[in-house]
Amino acid sequence: MRPEQTRLDRLSLTWRDPPGLWGFLTTVDHKRIAARYIVTALLLMFLAGMLALDMRWQLSTPENVRMGPQLYNESFSLHGSTMLFLVSVPVMEAMAFWLVPLMLGQRNMAFPRLGAFSYWLYLGGVLTLWISHALDITPDLGWFEYPPLSGPAYAPGHRADIWAQMITFTEVAALAASVNVAATILKMRPPGMTLARMPVFLWAMLVASIMTILSMPAIMLVTSMLIADRLVSTHFFSPAGGGDVLLFQHLFWFFGHPEVYIIFVPATGFVSAIVETFSRRPLFGHSVIVLAILSIGALAFGLWVHHMFAVGLPRLGNNFYTAASMAIALPAGLQIFCWIATIWSGRPWLATPMLWVIGFVTTFVIGGLSGVMTASAALDLQLTDSYFIVAHFHYVLVGGAMFPLFGAFCYWYPKATGRMMSERWGRIAFALIVGGFNLGFFPMHLLGLLGMPRRVYTYPAGMGWERLNQVATLGSVIAVAGGLVFVANALVCYWRGAPSGPDPWGGSTLEWAGEAPAPSWNLAYTPMVDSLTPMWNGAAPLRVADGVAIERREVLITSVTDADPLYRQKSASPSIWPLLSALAVSVMFIASIFTPWAIVVGAVPIGAALTGWFWPQRPRRNRG
Amino acid sequence: MMRIIVTGALLSLAGCQGIQSPLAPGGDQAAALHSLFLLMMGVCGVIYMLVLGGLGWSLWRARSASDAAVVPERGLWAVAIVIVVGLTVLIIGSFVADRAVFASRAHGAMIVRVTGHQWWWRIEYRDPATGRWIETANELHLPRDRTTRLALGSADVIHSFWVPNVAGKLDMIPGRRNILDLTPRRIGWFRGQCAEFCGTQHAHMALDVKVESAAAFDAWLATQARPAAAVASRGAAVFAGPCAACHTIRGTGASGRAGPDLTHLAARRSIAAGTLTMTRGNLQGWIAQPQALKPGTAMPSVPLSGPDADALATYLERLR
Amino acid sequence: MTTSPPRPFEVVADLSSLPSGAIGARHLVWWGNIGFMVIEGTGFALAAAAYLYLMTQSAVWPPAGDALPGLLWSGIFTAALVLSTVPNLWVLCCARAKKAAAVRWGMAGLVLIGLVLMALRGAEFAHLGVRWDRDGYGSVLWLLLVLHTTHIVTEWAECAVQAVWLFTHEIGDDQFSDVEDNANYWSFVVLTWLPLYALIYWAPRAL
Repeated sequence: MRPEQTRLDRLSLTWRDPPGLWGFLTTVDHKRIAARYIVTALLLMFLAGMLALDMRWQLSTPENVRMGPQLYNESFSLHGSTMLFLVSVPVMEAMAFWLVPLMLGQRNMAFPRLGAFSYWLYLGGVLTLWISHALDITPDLGWFEYPPLSGPAYAPGHRADIWAQMITFTEVAALAASVNVAATILKMRPPGMTLARMPVFLWAMLVASIMTILSMPAIMLVTSMLIADRLVSTHFFSPAGGGDVLLFQHLFWFFGHPEVYIIFVPATGFVSAIVETFSRRPLFGHSVIVLAILSIGALAFGLWVHHMFAVGLPRLGNNFYTAASMAIALPAGLQIFCWIATIWSGRPWLATPMLWVIGFVTTFVIGGLSGVMTASAALDLQLTDSYFIVAHFHYVLVGGAMFPLFGAFCYWYPKATGRMMSERWGRIAFALIVGGFNLGFFPMHLLGLLGMPRRVYTYPAGMGWERLNQVATLGSVIAVAGGLVFVANALVCYWRGAPSGPDPWGGSTLEWAGEAPAPSWNLAYTPMVDSLTPMWNGAAPLRVADGVAIERREVLITSVTDADPLYRQKSASPSIWPLLSALAVSVMFIASIFTPWAIVVGAVPIGAALTGWFWPQRPRRNRG
Repeated sequence: MMRIIVTGALLSLAGCQGIQSPLAPGGDQAAALHSLFLLMMGVCGVIYMLVLGGLGWSLWRARSASDAAVVPERGLWAVAIVIVVGLTVLIIGSFVADRAVFASRAHGAMIVRVTGHQWWWRIEYRDPATGRWIETANELHLPRDRTTRLALGSADVIHSFWVPNVAGKLDMIPGRRNILDLTPRRIGWFRGQCAEFCGTQHAHMALDVKVESAAAFDAWLATQARPAAAVASRGAAVFAGPCAACHTIRGTGASGRAGPDLTHLAARRSIAAGTLTMTRGNLQGWIAQPQALKPGTAMPSVPLSGPDADALATYLERLR
Repeated sequence: MTTSPPRPFEVVADLSSLPSGAIGARHLVWWGNIGFMVIEGTGFALAAAAYLYLMTQSAVWPPAGDALPGLLWSGIFTAALVLSTVPNLWVLCCARAKKAAAVRWGMAGLVLIGLVLMALRGAEFAHLGVRWDRDGYGSVLWLLLVLHTTHIVTEWAECAVQAVWLFTHEIGDDQFSDVEDNANYWSFVVLTWLPLYALIYWAPRAL
């Protein structure tokens, strides 16, 4: 049967946003919030990419005068901080916001208003960093600002504070988003979707969220300590005052290493979903991939010292971290084997999403293997802080996370817009980006091996670095051109693309069950799941349950392991309070750069906004 | 064979003599790391080829095969075993190289103190004759076939000591002292560069390293230990004005500590931590316009009349 | 590629008989609450690790010239905090039993207890014996205490807002559930203090 039109109308009425600007400011629709996140992150990716091009221009010839040292240092700091804190992590959360409820057949996230709050606060962090840039108080000490260089004695002014506080913004937003995603996946799975029947994508998002919850407090703590050193003269990192500069590095990398996997693990979820659909067979080794993700998540917390092999810590400990770091190649390698085996045993269809998976495997494996090389405590002494490491982490982050993201974008684009992207232009963008990227970044391995350190704004002639730098610059120009083709394709097809229908790829999971573009209420009924690939049931009707209210916002809550239905939960309606709360928090964060009293005074409006947010709308007490 | 091909290919690509490269080791520590690098390249190269081959085969097979196939479970085990064996080899290799690099071989080794500054290197040797510390800057001399022990520290922010032809890098951290042993085996000039971002002029914090025979080194050290000859020239008088507040010239009244010791300045190869080669013209240009040549350096512009600048350059040129 | 309409449905079950609320770990918000407790607990654990790290970097602890933190007010505070568990758990039981009047007055009592705790904490700060800007020891000591104090203050504010609401409105199932979550958070604030107390006051004496 098909749902009656009256039911769909009723659902639309219940789940619609208020019209116009008010609706824009108050919406709690997970798809609208996620789309905002994604658009913001892509815009920032463009801006930070332009910074990268500018830096490549500067380095294309020795002793170039396109940039002075200050501008170059600001450029790489802004590029790195933006790409890591404002693009990579948020865009993965955005994909979770958009996809998790759809893949669960739910109407919204567990905490819809918290989702809106996450976005507004993230936007606060974006504006803090980039408005500061417009005002020429750009951070200029890299994406990890080690004291004492970032301490009060060597970094006067507010550049370092802006950096530290931008992190506080984005990390509070990310922590809230992670609790939201984890609770949604654990408590809102459709009946029958036991943990054993959970798609890899959801496992990946769950593990990434838990990793965020356990690692991001470290960077909030360490940046707060840095601000305290700068603002109220504490001595956490000043050796003369009984502090220790390495404490910063330990805490930073306790977050910083898991961060890489917080970006990479969701990408393995994209790859698993794409490989399954486009090989037209259920994923080979589902449980192996899930176990690999879990073990990557656990191991990631035992590796942070491998960012510190050159600081002179005890050698025995370093060799332990070498073994632990290399061990992560085992689960990562098994995952790659499972994907290749799925392709081998399936009937692959080389549409653009699948091309991106192929680009991912060929590029990411290079980054993984150079990671094995840098994991050696001994060899790392020649590789770290050289261009070899620049090449390595771009291969891992771009090849390992951005390529799957681009594939995911092409894959789920029809579900979001109801239209197909052009395959021809998609292939051209793919060729330019993957080709340009490899041309641009592979030479950097060689530059590192020829002794070029990272973060230098210029270099002398005669070191043998000129030719390779020119090739690197050429490659990045090509990759950026490909990026523009990709974006143009997405924009043009938003209006002109061929209509896609609800399920153009023959996908395996529940997000393909409903209409495209997905309506505000997602699915008309609650799906019942009895396999890992519920959409591959031989074109039989989808088994669903009725009973979750349609005349008010309601979602189904199920049990954590077996997804047994427990109760029906009221779901929050649109509200202005998340925006007001985010504003109050932003004011407090920014003011606390200048005075510690901002924390005390700023707590009052925050408290008021949160009270407004959580104040339950119930009848007044009858005083009779 | 492999070693020659890889190294030769990379160096020819670069078209240079490799004076700042881990691929052209000129000492025991760098040689151990270079062997480890080649082992890693070999193992990782094979693994990459296997992955690419597997992926290519899968795509090719899928085109030709008409129906889906079943993946044998033992494939998973085979892959796991290959990875574990590969990793074990690499971990053992890494451990062995680590032992070689950090083996304590420095009984009675000469200790040299190297201190990082924004953005130059203070270098202190012990005078074998008197036992006193004597100071130089930005140019490290090492005797061949002997182990020299560097005591690395920092006066301000974190720097990192990296002379890739001789050894891997080691950070210079305020409040700590790191120990790095160097056993160079090849005579010649090498170049090092600060490897930890240390502020505005991180790019211009280079270090010249000269490995020489033991006899030549001893002669050099004896020269360095001598104070400069006291001369009553116009140049010396100019120096005693603005320069002496920050620079030391042993044997004269100049005893500033903020900048490098200039007692034997003219014997060095370059100026301002590798920023300029040592010529009279560069020296004069550096004194007149340091902020144009190395923006952000602590060295202020010193406005001098033409005759004063000439006299100062002549005086400094004689500090050999 | 197909542009067929969405997959047809077959309704095989009816969920309308499910309840519209739940208590404890069955409730969705309980999991959100746990998430934030894990975040804050991780923050405490890392701050404690920073304390221990600086301790191992220093030859003597506290560094020469620093006074040991005072035991009197901190002891009274700790005792009061532990004892506050009794009324807190009582409110929790009343919320589970859905007793409206008891929950209202219990919450008011917790607000008063929170005020007393904040006053005691103030005295504890005054007898810490070292300022935050004296040295690394002072900095990390204040870090731990300030971190925990922010939890006392936010918990008190949450109790106060809830109390106002409870006295002015009819209490539904979800609000009893909120009271329960608040009580769990109170317990969290008590439990995290105990290791911090041991670290701040007894580690410098015992180690």
